[in-house]
Amino acid sequence: MDKNIQFEHIPQEKFEFAHRDANLHDKKLQTKSRSYFQDCVIRFKKNKSSVIAAWIIGFLLLYAIVIPIISPYSVTADQDPIYKSYPPYVEAIADLGWGIMDGGYTLESQNDRQVRVLELSGQETGLNPIIKTISKTTVIERVRGKDVEVSYSKIEVNRYFLAGMKSKTVTLDEYKKIQEFQDETGLQVLYPIVLKEDIYTKAVLNSPDIKDMPPDYNIWYKCKDAKGTPRTQDVIDPTTGEVVIDETTGEPLQEIVPAYTTDQSKDAAIPYTSSRIEGDTGEYIYGQKKGANGDSVQIRYCYFNYYQFQQWEKTGNFSSPMFILGTNSMGQDLFTAIGVGARFSIIFAIIVSAINLILGAIYGSIQGYYGGWIDLVLDRISDILSGVPMIVVVTLFNLHLAAKVGSVGAFLLAFVATGWIGMAALTRKQFYRFKSQEHILAARTLGASDWRLMFKHIFPNSLGTIVTSCALVIPGVIGSETSLTYLGIIDLSSFAGTTIGTLMEQGQNDIQAAPHAMLFPSIFFALLMISFNLFGNGLRDAFNPSTKGSD
Amino acid sequence: MIKYTIQRVLLMLMTLLIITCICFVLIRMLPPATLPPGDPHTAVIEARREALGYNKPYLVQFGIFLKDVFTRFDWGISDVSGETFGKEVLPLFLEKLPPTILVNLYSILFSIPIGIAFGIWAALKKNSWIDHAISTLTMVVVSVPSFVYAFLIQYFLSFKLGWLPFLAANGTNWFSWEMFRSWIPAIMSLSFGTIAGFTRTTRAELTEVLTSEFMLLARTKGLTRAQATIRHAMKNCMVVILPAIFGNFIGVLSGSLIIEGIFSIPGVGKLYLNSINAQDYPMFILLTVFYTAIGLVASIVVDVSYGFIDPRIRMGSKK
Repeated sequence: MDKNIQFEHIPQEKFEFAHRDANLHDKKLQTKSRSYFQDCVIRFKKNKSSVIAAWIIGFLLLYAIVIPIISPYSVTADQDPIYKSYPPYVEAIADLGWGIMDGGYTLESQNDRQVRVLELSGQETGLNPIIKTISKTTVIERVRGKDVEVSYSKIEVNRYFLAGMKSKTVTLDEYKKIQEFQDETGLQVLYPIVLKEDIYTKAVLNSPDIKDMPPDYNIWYKCKDAKGTPRTQDVIDPTTGEVVIDETTGEPLQEIVPAYTTDQSKDAAIPYTSSRIEGDTGEYIYGQKKGANGDSVQIRYCYFNYYQFQQWEKTGNFSSPMFILGTNSMGQDLFTAIGVGARFSIIFAIIVSAINLILGAIYGSIQGYYGGWIDLVLDRISDILSGVPMIVVVTLFNLHLAAKVGSVGAFLLAFVATGWIGMAALTRKQFYRFKSQEHILAARTLGASDWRLMFKHIFPNSLGTIVTSCALVIPGVIGSETSLTYLGIIDLSSFAGTTIGTLMEQGQNDIQAAPHAMLFPSIFFALLMISFNLFGNGLRDAFNPSTKGSD
Repeated sequence: MIKYTIQRVLLMLMTLLIITCICFVLIRMLPPATLPPGDPHTAVIEARREALGYNKPYLVQFGIFLKDVFTRFDWGISDVSGETFGKEVLPLFLEKLPPTILVNLYSILFSIPIGIAFGIWAALKKNSWIDHAISTLTMVVVSVPSFVYAFLIQYFLSFKLGWLPFLAANGTNWFSWEMFRSWIPAIMSLSFGTIAGFTRTTRAELTEVLTSEFMLLARTKGLTRAQATIRHAMKNCMVVILPAIFGNFIGVLSGSLIIEGIFSIPGVGKLYLNSINAQDYPMFILLTVFYTAIGLVASIVVDVSYGFIDPRIRMGSKK
């Protein structure tokens, strides 16, 4: 571009006074100015992993807050005595057949007879426990001097259906109540009574295998032997009275013979009026008279449906067991328990951090501001306190104070007792940095008091550093809280319902049979720790760009 | 330097004494474990407690305790019923020390080369995807506590795949191959965090050193990148890494309570938990002193070793 560089040749008349009337002022800023905080937000947003971590934290917090509220289960009231360490099960998802949340549990080396018994146990209730056969191996075994082909299957069963039939003695009221439930919902809870002597032949009944054993309530058919092999009989056509022949094999068709008792003298004191199972013409009995004057009833019930009855009795609503993450060894719903535990952990960590922040800030301010011998003495005190290992502090506080302020109170005090030291050291450092700056000198010259200088002029400068470090203190507290409850040094379940550490400890005890009870709390906990740490680091880098990367 | 070290050690001993005193008094304030009625040892135990000054002021009790410790190495006798009943606590404790030390030692020896190697790799490839992957992974691994790894290793490697033993082997043959093999799951679970820690330290330190001017000079002199890194950068890095290693080495003594519990390693951690549950206070005091001392010594060693390793750092000088 051509530039006019011949300044000296500008004609005189082109000159004029520029600002004769104009008010002199700076131009208004065209762009909006950004505050320090907005700057930090922009820096934070550039850090992708921290943003993701923030989202995950939000999600986990939401989980911890919402799930315990909306969940139909409570960790204290709903501790099922049967469904302990059971795998995840949700009926609607199990029905899709995707192989998830179907209560799947692997049974190894089941021989054909055992598989048949399982199948038959499902035939009565329509809840077939066998999901699928994973593999089948055939081996030749020598049985009584003969080589016999025996096949062993590895099968996947639904553990909830596998629980099958149970038996217990109930009061007449409850017997009536169950009937009411059956009438209202159409679910069959009670099944006809089967007596041991109807199942087995005399010879089997007297054999030592079965004589003193409690009956297996899953067996509802006549058996050949003590192992539950069903006795079969030829199918007879009711119209012609002839034996039905299977057309493909040419042999008589076989059927299982039910062993339900028809002995009316054993019937309960009150009549059974509710729905009866298929094939019952009114002669089976559903409750066996018990007690001296018949004031209680022994029932044989399907636990899967009985579970729903219990819920109905308690709350008026019912559904099939819905354990999204399964249950733990206490029979609690893990999905709810994790939420309850996490809620406690997070609230606890926030309270501890807040108290430590305040205590540490005050202590560190005094140390940093006054310096000299005050600093020296206070430093010694915090040195000594920080020398005591955390685990010893918690143990001692628990032993001394748990009776007075409760285990949670003792735990909180233990965390506060030594937790503030880090914050105090940080504040002290910041005070040393700022206290000799000019604006402090100016304020001092104007006669500001020590207190005012400390908390009006110095402290706000260091607030950013201190608050962001809080974001890293929270995962630290959650981590040690979980470790300590995991170790069982302190038990908070009476106060908090449960904690993640307690859940993991319960899961660890049975990781071979029920790994999910350890896996899900672990995943939740790991996610919580990772995202809090990433978030905290991101926050620190955003507020103090100079520390970036130095962790 | 020597003066500074002596100063620190004396200060540490004083701190240790004060902490011991506080903990001792707090423990003695608790009611001693009650004896079952009709216990045949009641008279003996009562007499012993009387001799330890149970009915005297706490500071007198502390004096008796210190006297016993210094004159006879007597840390007390376990007086709760059980298998440890009536035994001196010090031999019991020393008996449990080897597995704890060995497991943690193996873990550190295993972690140092891997951690440093990852750190160097990340630093050399700074700001590439390798660096980002290693840094993020380090962050993730550091955040997750060791018992989560223990679960994963125990379930998948030991139980599902059957490659490793599920629990630590019995016996006291600490140096046998069988014993080592049964410790591998525990060693691995402990190592994750340590490796990540070393990686992080090395990376942070090396990236800083690599950009310094003497590195430029080294390259201008004609050294290859590898030569310059190994001879000049690593040497400077070690100023930070070595104290960390020393600190870790001393820290291994305190071991890991949780990992020992999971893999049933008969170590100090188990002893500690048992002593709390059984109210075995002599043992509890001994272990408290032990854990405290380990922490204090580790911090001194880290601080002082900076001065010995790097002559540029003048410890304790007033600038």
